Amino acid sequence: MEVRVVNVRKEFERFPALHDVSLDIKSGELIALLGPSGSGKTTLLRLIAGLERPTKGAIFFGEEDASQKSIQERNVGFVFQHYALFRHMTVADNIGFGLKVRHGAARPSSQEIRRRALELLDLVQLSGLEKRYPAQLSGGQRQRVALARAMAIEPKVLLLDEPFGALDAQVRRELRRWLREIHDRTGHTTVFVTHDQEEALELADRVVVMSQGRIEQVGTADDIYDTPNSPFVYSFIGESSSLPVKVENGEVWIADRPIGLEAPHAPPGEAVLYFRPHDVDLLDGCSGCIAGTVAASRRVAGTRRVELEIGGERQRVEIELPVDHPAAQKSRVAFRPRRWKLFPKA
Amino acid sequence: MADPEIKSYEPHHESRSAAVTESRPVRITLTTVTLVFLGIFLLLPLIIVFKEAFAKGVGAYFQSLGDADTRSAIRLTLLVAAISVPLNLVFGLSAAWAIAKFEFKGKAFLTTLIDLPFSVSPVISGLVYVLLFGAQGLLGEWLKAHGIQILFAVPGIVLATVFVTFPFVARELIPLMQEQGNGDEEAALSLGASGWQAFWYVTLPNVKWGLLYGVLLCNARAMGEFGAVSVVSGHIRGLTNTMPLHVEILYNEYNAVGAFAVASLLAGLALVTLVLKTLLEMRYGAEIAATRGH
Amino acid sequence: MTTAPAHAGWRFRQPSVIPGFGLTLGFSLAYLTLIILIPLSGLIWRSAALGWTDFWALATDRRTLKALEISFGTAFIAAAVNVVFGTLVAWVLVRYRFPGRRVVDAMVDLPFALPTAVAGIALTTLYAPTGWLGKLLMPLGLKVAYTPLGIIVALVFIGLPFVVRTVQPIMEELDKEVEEAAATLGASRFQIITRVLLPSLAPAIITGFSLAFARGVGEYGSVIFIAGNLPYKSEIAPLLIVIRLEEYNYPAATAIAAIMLALSFAMLLVINLVQTWSRKRYG
Repeated sequence: MEVRVVNVRKEFERFPALHDVSLDIKSGELIALLGPSGSGKTTLLRLIAGLERPTKGAIFFGEEDASQKSIQERNVGFVFQHYALFRHMTVADNIGFGLKVRHGAARPSSQEIRRRALELLDLVQLSGLEKRYPAQLSGGQRQRVALARAMAIEPKVLLLDEPFGALDAQVRRELRRWLREIHDRTGHTTVFVTHDQEEALELADRVVVMSQGRIEQVGTADDIYDTPNSPFVYSFIGESSSLPVKVENGEVWIADRPIGLEAPHAPPGEAVLYFRPHDVDLLDGCSGCIAGTVAASRRVAGTRRVELEIGGERQRVEIELPVDHPAAQKSRVAFRPRRWKLFPKA
Repeated sequence: MADPEIKSYEPHHESRSAAVTESRPVRITLTTVTLVFLGIFLLLPLIIVFKEAFAKGVGAYFQSLGDADTRSAIRLTLLVAAISVPLNLVFGLSAAWAIAKFEFKGKAFLTTLIDLPFSVSPVISGLVYVLLFGAQGLLGEWLKAHGIQILFAVPGIVLATVFVTFPFVARELIPLMQEQGNGDEEAALSLGASGWQAFWYVTLPNVKWGLLYGVLLCNARAMGEFGAVSVVSGHIRGLTNTMPLHVEILYNEYNAVGAFAVASLLAGLALVTLVLKTLLEMRYGAEIAATRGH
Repeated sequence: MTTAPAHAGWRFRQPSVIPGFGLTLGFSLAYLTLIILIPLSGLIWRSAALGWTDFWALATDRRTLKALEISFGTAFIAAAVNVVFGTLVAWVLVRYRFPGRRVVDAMVDLPFALPTAVAGIALTTLYAPTGWLGKLLMPLGLKVAYTPLGIIVALVFIGLPFVVRTVQPIMEELDKEVEEAAATLGASRFQIITRVLLPSLAPAIITGFSLAFARGVGEYGSVIFIAGNLPYKSEIAPLLIVIRLEEYNYPAATAIAAIMLALSFAMLLVINLVQTWSRKRYG
C-alpha cells in the first residue's frame, strides 16, 4: 500500500509540531523517520496511524483519503516503544485480539484465530510461548509479540514508534536485523521512527531526516550520508567539519587566499563550507588548499583525528589522518576536502 | 529515547485522540451522573447537618452548644484525642523505623498485624476491652479489688480510641520511609551524628509532611469514633460522653437542634481535615506515601 | 542498640549500621501486644472457653443468624453499588476535566473524615418520610429510613471512598498506549473499555469491593440511626453484640463477635490472595 502525506500541518494547543509536511512512501518500502527529540517524527507517525488528526492537509492510503477514516477503519499496524501489550492476556490472546474484536462475518472462528496467532508466533520466532503473560517475557520478546499482534490484522501499513528504544544495545542489533528479514519476507509497507542514525541508515530503504517539524531530506543511506543537503543533516548524520569562507569569482576563499575549490554557481559573499573529516585529500605543498597547525590529536580506532587551527582566525576543524601520518603537535598539515558543500552563512 | 519535548506539548487530557476517549455527549452524561450521585450521597448529608443545626436560629444553636453536658463532651473528646493521638504517633514512628530501616524475619507479618484494627468492627474493638476489664471480664475481679476503674471511665475510652486509630500514622510512614531508603541516615552517621541526631535532623524532616498527614487522619478518627467508644463508655452524661455519643443521646431525646449543633462541630472538623488533607496532597504529594485514604 | 554478630546461616535480621533496631522493634511489639493482641486473644479465649456445643447453639440462634445475614447481605449489596458508582466516580475524576474537579475529588474522602454518628443522623433526617429525599421517594413507594434499604444507603456512603481510592491510582497509571494499541487493532471504544481497561482494573476493583464490604459488615454508627433496628428485619450484627452486652449476655456477644472476626479475616485473606495473584501474573 502506497502512502502519501500531503501538506500536513499539526498543532498542539496552537504550538506547531509539524509545518506543511509532504512525503510519498512507496508500496513495500521500509522507511525511517529520523530526527532529534522534538523534530516531529513521532507526531508524523501518529498522524499516519490516525492516532492524531492533522490540523491541515491530508493523508492518502493508495487513492483513499485516510484522514477521513477513524483509527479503527484505517487498518494500520502500530508498534509502540513500550510495547503496550495487554497485561491480562496471554501472548496468544494478545496476538489474536485484533481478529477477536471484529464483528459478524469479518471475525474468524476461534480456531482460526488461534491458528493465525500460532503462525505469527512462529514468524517472530517465539513458538511455544503462547501461554505466557507479557510480564513473563523479556523486553525483546515483548516487542516481537507486539509486532506479531500488529501484523495479525494484515495491516495496510506497519508503523513502529522507536521500536527498539527501550531495549539494550545487544538485543537492539539483533532485532534490527530480524525486522529487516521479516520485512523482506512479508513485504509490508513499513515506517519506523528512530533517533538512532545508525539504525536508520542500516535498516531503511529510505531515510526521512526531520528537524523542528520539517523534513530536511529524504533519500537512501548513501544520499543522506554522501550528499547532505543542509547544515542540519551534515551535523546530525555522521560527523562533519565546517569553516566560514567567502565566495568570489566562482572560487572559495579562506581569508585572503583561494583554497582550490570551484563554486561557479554559488552566490558571491560569505558562506560556510561543510565536509566530512574523512573525506579529504592530504597535500604536501600549499597552493590552493586549507592549511593549519595541529592543535590536538587523538586516536580513533583505525585512524587518527587531528584538530587543526586554521589561519589567524583561530578556527578549528577536525580531519582524519592515517595512523602513520607523521603529523605531530604544532606541525602544519595541508588538505583539501574531496566532497563538500557550501551553505549560506546562518 | 522518547520525544519528551513533543510529548510535553500534548496536554494529557484534551488532546487524547478521539480513539482513546469517549464522545462529548457520553462524557457529559457520565460526569453529570457522577456529580448527581455524589451530590445526593455526600453533599446533601453535609448540608443537612448545618441546616438542621441552625433550624431554630443562631441563638438556639449557640445555646445548645453552651449546655454544660455538651461542653463536658467537647472537653472529653479533646482529652481523649490529646492522649491517643500522641501515643499512636510515637508508635507509628517507632514501628516505621523498625520496619523501614531494617530487614528482619517476620516483617511482612508485622506489617499485616498493624493493619489489623482496620478490619475489625468498631463494636468488636470495644467488646474486647469489655471482656478484659468488665465485671465478668478476665481482669474484672482484680481491678475491682484494687479499686481501678477502666471500663465506663476515661481510660477505657482512651484504650478503645487507641485501638481503632492504631494504624493511621504507621501505615502512612512505613511506605514513605521505605521509599526514602537508608542513604541519608547512613550519611549522617558517617559524618559523626548519633542515632538520635540522625533521626532528629535527617529522618524527621524527611517525613514530616507524611507524618502530619497521618496525624491528621488519626485525629479525625479519634475525635469521631463512635462504635468502639459507645461499647466501653457507659454513656454517663457529663462524665463519659464524648461528642459523637452526645450526638446520639440528644438525637434520641428528640433534641434535633442540640444533636445537629454538636454534629456540626464534628462536621466542621471533618471539613477542616479534608481541606488540610487536600492541601497536603497538593503541595507535598510526592513526599506523602502513595497510600491515600483510609 | 543490638548489633547481631554476622554469622552464617539463619539470621533474624540483616546487619545494618543504623542504630535503634532493638529499641523501636521492642517498643512496637510491646505496644502492639498490649493494645491489639492481648485484647483480641481475650476474645478468642473467651469464645473457645464456651465449648463447641454452647458456641454452636449461640451461633445458630435465629436472631443471630438473621442479624449476620442482614449485615453481610446489606454490606454485599452496598459494596456492589459502590463498585459501579465508585469506578464511575474514579473514571470521571481521572479522565475528564470539569470545573470544581479538585473539590469533588476532595469530597470523596468525606465519609473517611465525617464521624459515623453524624453521617447516621444526617442520612436519617434526609431519608425520613418528611426529609428532603424521603419526601421525594415516598410517592414512588420507596421507604428508605427504618428499613434494610436505609442500611444499604448508609453503607454506600461509608464504603464509597474505599472503591474510589483503590481504583483511582491504578486508573491513573493505565498506559494510554495500551488503549491506542487496541484502537489500531480495530477495537471500538466500547470494546476497549470492556476488554482491555476493565480487565486491567479488575484486581483493584475486587480489592475495593472487599474493603468496602469488610467495612460495611462491621459498620455501626451510621447504620443504627437509619436502620430502625427491628429484630429479624433491620437489626445488624454489631448492634446485636451491643444489645447482648447490655443484657450482660457476654457469651452471646462473644460468639457473634468471633464469627464476624473469622469472616473478616477470611475476607482479608481473599484480598491478599487476589493482590498476590495479580502481581504475580501481570507484573
